[in-house]
Amino acid sequence: MEQAVYGNEKQIKRRRRIRLGIVYALLVFFAIFILIPFYWMILTAIKVEADVLRSPPLLWVSPTEWQFANFSLALERAPFVRFIINTVVVAVISTIGTVITTVLSAFAFARLNFFGRDILFFILIATMMIPGEIFVITNFITVVNFGWIREQTYFNAILAMTVPFMTSVFYMFFLRQAFKQVPDELYYAAKVDGKTDRQYLWRIMVPIALPTITTITILNAMNTWNAYIWPRLVTQREEFRLVSNGLRDAFDEGIGPPLYHEQMAAALIVTVPLIIVFLMLKKYIMRGVSRSGIKG
Amino acid sequence: MLEDRHNIKSWFYLAPALVLLGTFIFYPIFNAFFLVFLEDYNYLRGTFEGFTLTQNFRYVLTDPNFHLAMGNTMLIAFVSVPLSVVIALLISVWLNAVPIKRLQGFFQTIFFLPYVTNAIAIGMAFAFLFNQHYGLVNWFLGLFGISPINWVGLRAGWGTAMFSLLVYVTWLGLAFKIMVFLSGLQGIDKQYYEAARVDSASRSRIFRRITVPLLSPMIMYITVTSFIGAFKAYTEIIGMFGERLGPAGNDRAMITIVALVYDALDRSGTTGALSEAAAAALILFGVTLIFTFINMQVSKKRVHYG
Repeated sequence: MEQAVYGNEKQIKRRRRIRLGIVYALLVFFAIFILIPFYWMILTAIKVEADVLRSPPLLWVSPTEWQFANFSLALERAPFVRFIINTVVVAVISTIGTVITTVLSAFAFARLNFFGRDILFFILIATMMIPGEIFVITNFITVVNFGWIREQTYFNAILAMTVPFMTSVFYMFFLRQAFKQVPDELYYAAKVDGKTDRQYLWRIMVPIALPTITTITILNAMNTWNAYIWPRLVTQREEFRLVSNGLRDAFDEGIGPPLYHEQMAAALIVTVPLIIVFLMLKKYIMRGVSRSGIKG
Repeated sequence: MLEDRHNIKSWFYLAPALVLLGTFIFYPIFNAFFLVFLEDYNYLRGTFEGFTLTQNFRYVLTDPNFHLAMGNTMLIAFVSVPLSVVIALLISVWLNAVPIKRLQGFFQTIFFLPYVTNAIAIGMAFAFLFNQHYGLVNWFLGLFGISPINWVGLRAGWGTAMFSLLVYVTWLGLAFKIMVFLSGLQGIDKQYYEAARVDSASRSRIFRRITVPLLSPMIMYITVTSFIGAFKAYTEIIGMFGERLGPAGNDRAMITIVALVYDALDRSGTTGALSEAAAAALILFGVTLIFTFINMQVSKKRVHYG
C-alpha cells in the first residue's frame, strides 16, 4: 500500500529530476524570447550597413568585425549626449522635489492626527484611478499660462518638465506604509528626549525608511527616462528634449534609407545607461516593484 | 491615535504636496468636466459660444477614426493583458521551482530586463525584428518554408501590423507581472504544499487549488491595473511605428483612444480642440471605470482573501 502511494525513493527522485529539467527548458525558452530584441538591437548596432541590409540576415558577427563607427554616426545624427544630460537633469530635479513633498505629506498621514485626514487620504487614492490624459490637457494650458512655453529658455523647459511631477500620490501611499511600520515607541521616546516632530522625521523616520526612499528615487528616475508624451508637448526646441523624444525624432519620417544600423546604435545608447543602473541597484528596484504589487 | 490633534502643523507638512496636487491633478479634473461642456471653445482667444451637453462627445464619436481607435484599444487590452498575465503566472511558478538561488536570481534578472528599457528604443528594435527583408522573424519563418511576410513595412496590412504590436506589448508587460507574482509565491506558506503532498495531490491540482487561489488577490490587482494601463496604449505604438501610428502608407492604422486625445491636443489652438480632447479623455475614463467595476464584481466571487 505504502509503495503504491509513495513509489520508491529512486523513482521519485528521477521524476523530480525530469520535472526540473522541463522547468529549466521552459525557462530557457522564455528567457530567449525576452532576450531576442536586445540581441537583435546589439547585433544590428555593430554590423556594417551592407551586412544589415542582407537577406537572409547574419545572426552573428565575429568580434573582429564589430563596427563601432555606427555609434559615432548616431551621435552625429542627433545630440544624444545632450538628450541624456537633459534627462538626467529633469530626473534629478523632479526626484528631489518628489522625495521632499512625499516625505512631508506621508509623515502627516502616518504619524499626525488632523481633521479630515482619512477623507483626504481616500480622495488622493481615488485620483490614482483617473487616466493621466485628463490632467495633461489642462496642465498643458497651465504651463503655457505660467509662461514656460513661449520663447522658451532652457530654464523654462526644465520647469515645465519637472514642476508638474514634483509629487506623487502613489509614492506618498508607498512611503506612508513604510512610516507606519516604524514602532510608536520610538516616537514617544523621541518626545521624551524633547525632540520636535521635525527632528523626529528627519533624524529617525527618514533614515529608517531609506530603502523605500531609494526605491522611489529609482522608480521616479526610470519614469523620466521613459517619458515621451509630456516632454514632446512642452519642449519647443530640439536641444531641450529628453532621450525618448530625441530618439524617435531622429529617425521618424526620415527621407531616404531608414539607416537601421544607426537607429539600433542610437537605441542602444539610450538603453544601456538604464540597464547599467539596474544591474547596480537591482536589489532596490526589484524590491520596489514587487512591493508595489502588494496592496496594504 | 497618537496624541491629540495637530491641525495647523499637519497642514504645514501637507502644503507642498497639496499645492502641487491641487494645481496639476485636482484642478485639471474639474477643468476637464468644464471644458467638455463648452461649445466651440478657443483657449487662445478665451471665447466660447455657450454650453452644450453632447456636442464635444459627438465630435469624438463621429470622428472617422473613432471606431478604429476604440477597436484597437479594446483588442490590445483584451489580447495582451490575459496573455501576459497567464504567461507571467507560469514563468513565476517555474521560477519559484528553481532550487538553486543564484540560478533563480539569474533568470529573474533576465525576465526583469524589459521593465528597465526605453519603450521607444525597444519598439524600434521590434519593428526591425519584423522587417520584411532583413528581420529575424521572417528568417525564422523561412526555416519552415514560409515566404517573407510584410509585417510592418510599406503599406503593410492592419492585421500583420497589429499582430506585431501585440507581440511587443505582451513582451513589454511580462516583467512587472512576473516580479509581482514571484514575490507573492514566495510569500505563500510552505505548509499548504506540504499538506497537499501528504494527500498526494497532482501538480495541476496543486496549481489550481492552492497556488491560484492564494495568489488570487494579486492576480486580481495585476489584471485591474494592467487593463487600466493597456487602455492607455500609445507610447508603445510610437516606439514601433513612429508618429504616423501605423505602417508607412497605412498611416494611423494602430490609432488608439489616447492617440485621439493627443491628436486633438496638437491642434490646441483651433476652436473646439481642447473640448474634444477632454471628451476623448473622459470616454477613456468611462471605459476604465466600467472595466474596473466589472473586474471588482468578478473578484468578489472569485478572489480568495486569506
